[in-house]
Amino acid sequence: MYSIFKKELRSYFTSPTAYVMIGLFVLISSIIFYINLVTPTADYGMNLNYMSLILILIIPILTMKILAEERRSGTEVLLITSPTSLTSIVIGKYLAAFAVFLVMTVITFIYPLILSVYGKPAVAEIVGGYVGFILLGSAFIAFGLFASSLTESQIIAAIVSIVGLLLMWLLQGIGPGLGGIWSKIFSWFSLFSRTEDFYSGILSLGPIVYYLSFSAIFVFLTIRVIEKRRWSKG
Amino acid sequence: MFLKMRGNNIGGKIMIEIQNLTKSFGQIKAVNDISFTVEKGEILGFLGPNGAGKSTTMNIITGFMPSTEGTVKVCGYDIMENPKEVKKRIGYLPEQPPLYMDMTVTEYLRFVADLKDVNKKQTKNQISDVMELVKLVDVSGRLIKNLSKGYKQRVGLAQALLGNPEVLVLDEPTVGLDPKQIIEIRKLIKALGKQHTIILSSHILPEVSAVCEKVVIINKGKIAAIDTPENLSKGMGTVSKLSATIAGPKSSITSAIQAIYGIKLVEAHIEKEKDIVEYVIESDKDIDIRRPLFFAMAKAGYPIIELKSLDLSLEDIFLQLTMQEKEVK
Repeated sequence: MYSIFKKELRSYFTSPTAYVMIGLFVLISSIIFYINLVTPTADYGMNLNYMSLILILIIPILTMKILAEERRSGTEVLLITSPTSLTSIVIGKYLAAFAVFLVMTVITFIYPLILSVYGKPAVAEIVGGYVGFILLGSAFIAFGLFASSLTESQIIAAIVSIVGLLLMWLLQGIGPGLGGIWSKIFSWFSLFSRTEDFYSGILSLGPIVYYLSFSAIFVFLTIRVIEKRRWSKG
Repeated sequence: MFLKMRGNNIGGKIMIEIQNLTKSFGQIKAVNDISFTVEKGEILGFLGPNGAGKSTTMNIITGFMPSTEGTVKVCGYDIMENPKEVKKRIGYLPEQPPLYMDMTVTEYLRFVADLKDVNKKQTKNQISDVMELVKLVDVSGRLIKNLSKGYKQRVGLAQALLGNPEVLVLDEPTVGLDPKQIIEIRKLIKALGKQHTIILSSHILPEVSAVCEKVVIINKGKIAAIDTPENLSKGMGTVSKLSATIAGPKSSITSAIQAIYGIKLVEAHIEKEKDIVEYVIESDKDIDIRRPLFFAMAKAGYPIIELKSLDLSLEDIFLQLTMQEKEVK
């Protein structure tokens, strides 16, 4: 697992991908932070909320090539015929993308620091908010990883995960209006609404378990997709 | 331990055992009920036209894809039950070498060594040994995408050798190389055969007869023949053919040859110069008529200008075997 993690992380930082994405993320979230600063309601939770919307674009681009490219270039054969298990290959890749995400998140710690220079920010809300933000991001990565396992084409992988994440964002607005079983099903996928507790500084077990199991399920599905393809064809 | 030692004593130890292997892709059977074994230290040539099922078989042996039916055992471990133990013992060079274009040769080999769980202390030595062996030292710092096809192939081979696996599976290792590189790679494979058990696939016949001790000919997913290259050339047909160019009058030479014991057919083939004719002579397979022919001609006073055996080449056999299949269908 560590060998895959190392290789994947290096490939992020030897190509422009990671730098461009981190740069873009920091740029946009800085603009959001500035806008948020000049408006009268300075609530950091809102800041994080907008940042998580940018993730809908950033994360799929980080994860799009993670499995699709291995398949296209034929290096998948090397990984699968090595003694390293498929599970640790997939988890290694997941963790590498997560590490890049963590780097960009840590850079944004600078905003609360700036706040603390000029006033007394609500520490509990900010810490809780970041926990939620990181959990949300990890769920996005799992979904992006899954999308990347479905195809040989990076572009298709990116589109699938962007559309998927966008739908999950939209569904939470539609769900409650529908009522009955549909509202229940849609609420399973409403990744965003579950961050509310965190943004108000509450670390409740429910949402934490939800995000962790969302990630686990999509990592598991990714492994299944690769297994399934091995069985059905070359 | 005791069992293992006993296993070693019984002749050649069987390294790869394939039984009734079948692989279906939907309706199509890419590999259809094939069985063979490879002994320790053997170089087995896996020969067949394109699309015969060579790559599929190799992908199953190496654990890249599961079989539909049948078993594959490597060093006694079943690929379905114990994939990790099997994968540890196989170095695989697929048809398209699995290379990361953005890595340098050293970076790539270090990653593969990591992936194969090579002992950290040995990694450095092993990589430099392997690079020495396949002659990659000069390009060790270059990005793989900038290497020529021949070098890429060698990087692929180096990758297979890391971890010092007992079995090497090489899928068309010389395809797309120039003649000089082909000869080098063949030499290398022959040298590797001293310490490894090798399965090598190819659709090029001279390659197989140059490198391999045993040949499996596969066509349309089925085994058409298994034997040594020599036995295959000898074993086919019921007659052996000679071509003899002899100076002298055609009719009297023909009758003189026909008088020799064991001759089945004499045919004047081409008149090469005036009164020098090439004859094709067929005789019973188990009789060598070259000596009697010489003495008969010498006695009659007709000098033999040229004499050569027209035994079937591996190419003829290959065509014969793969054509037969067609006729059956």
